[in-house]
Amino acid sequence: MIRRSLSRGVSLFLLIVGAMGILLPFIWMVSLAFKPRDEIFSADIDLLPTRLEWNNFVVAMTQTDVPLYLMNGLVVVLGILVFQILFTVPCAYALVQRRTRWRTVVFACVLAALLVPFHVTAIPIFLGFAEMGILNTYWALILPFIPTAFGIFLFRQFFSQMPKDLFDAARVDGMGEMEIVWRVAFPLALPAATAFAIFSVTAHWNDLFWPLIAITDPELATPPRGILYFRDQESGDDVGPLMAAALIITAPLVLAFLLAQRKFTQGLSAGGLKG
Amino acid sequence: MIRLSRNVRDGLTDFWLAGPATLAMIVFIFVPVLVVAVLSFTDYQFGARDFVWIGLGNYSKLFGSALGQKAITNTLLYVALVIPASVGLGLFVAIGLHRMLDWAPRLSHLLRTVYFLPVAATLVAMSVAWQMVLHPSLGVVNQFLTLLGGEPKSWLSDRGLVLYTLAVIGVWQTVGYNMILFLAGLTSIPPELYDAADVDGAGGGWSRFWTVTWPLLGPTTLFVLVVTATNAFRVFETVATLTKGGPAFASDTLVYALYREGFVYFKAGYSSAITMVFFAFLLVLTIAQFRIVERRVHYK
Repeated sequence: MIRRSLSRGVSLFLLIVGAMGILLPFIWMVSLAFKPRDEIFSADIDLLPTRLEWNNFVVAMTQTDVPLYLMNGLVVVLGILVFQILFTVPCAYALVQRRTRWRTVVFACVLAALLVPFHVTAIPIFLGFAEMGILNTYWALILPFIPTAFGIFLFRQFFSQMPKDLFDAARVDGMGEMEIVWRVAFPLALPAATAFAIFSVTAHWNDLFWPLIAITDPELATPPRGILYFRDQESGDDVGPLMAAALIITAPLVLAFLLAQRKFTQGLSAGGLKG
Repeated sequence: MIRLSRNVRDGLTDFWLAGPATLAMIVFIFVPVLVVAVLSFTDYQFGARDFVWIGLGNYSKLFGSALGQKAITNTLLYVALVIPASVGLGLFVAIGLHRMLDWAPRLSHLLRTVYFLPVAATLVAMSVAWQMVLHPSLGVVNQFLTLLGGEPKSWLSDRGLVLYTLAVIGVWQTVGYNMILFLAGLTSIPPELYDAADVDGAGGGWSRFWTVTWPLLGPTTLFVLVVTATNAFRVFETVATLTKGGPAFASDTLVYALYREGFVYFKAGYSSAITMVFFAFLLVLTIAQFRIVERRVHYK
């Protein structure tokens, strides 16, 4: 009995110490975001501000381009998601429901595409976009992510578990294949779509690699790219507003995660299969 | 009106359904892979009108120069640091939280949320926060060290230290993810097996772990190892935000090097060779991952 409580006590202690370590940058970020200037530049350790300084947020939202970055992030992330779904769902449906000889070829393509990390394709896509003159546009940020082998794979798996009779019944009712995709298959695949949407939105809201390459115009910066513009402009003076900006950019996904934890962990761990 | 034969109509439907996605894969994935492979044998620079075939020149530059070697060894060292720490801690946290479900379920769920937080948070913004945590004079880490009578350290500008600092941030970011995968594995272990172990006299915590938990977690562990390795190989955000590969290339990694050579210095040919080497490493890992996933399915 004593041994058991002792071992529980030890593991509880270690887990809480670990959790504090995980929280450290979050706490420090929130604390600096709310600290008045003189408290930030003091040598004493004060984890919490003595009074809440909202002005840091006012500065971040009115005197910097942070609202613009958020807007750009939203446009890019939603644009990518909409096109991904439009392209991916019919293809996944065809891989399950259509019996043609092309099926194996397309599925082989999907598997091969799963092997290619985005970084590998960056140089040729950059070259092509430069040639077409579409660098520094929203399209440059959206187009490369439309093909998603992982999405096709995920939806295909989901569709293959649906009863075939369902689709046959829809055909008897005279529905065309495209109509079946959007009016029968897709609504039933909403759990897969949610998982995929969470994965896609998180990945592209957080991405830095491609925006760093495709965008040189600060007006088009996504949140991660934008906060680096902000940081590189301020000379170590505006720590409070900078941390407020970091907090504002991190907040949407963290809040969404806290509100829909189960869906988030499912969506993000499904993404692990993407490699 | 032309009546199309059934076969043609079916063919058109198939094309209409699967064509756009397939075409997008060809344009944005397969063609670029071929182009990058070809470019890696040239001296092409962005904006140049012409290029010269230089055979394996870019590769010998990468493997032969001190800078190229540095990018490779740094990446390997980073991966070697992150894998055991992130997988080990992930397993430890998962087992602790799984046991805690029996006597403090709410706390267990709360801690799980905390550990997963960095996975959902924007890494670049959090890196900016880490920069303040590790700030030489204003950072909480050095303030704490000074309080304890230690020497403040330059975590991000000390050549000998910087890669370890980045590895710690890498572990911080991935532990929660591995914990979730391990928790899923732990939940699928039938409790009867523990009862059987008790009957056989393997009732103590450690022997339960070695006789039941560890063997049954084998496939999960393998999967977690490979996923962690794949992600560690791609390290970019923290490097780009915190060190830009410096000081003196002490934290230069493959993906950062390919970004810098290609898109800062516009050496497309050399950058393509770095890309191909990075691709080769990841290809091996991803194929291993596929194999494991396949086996895990059979296992069930």
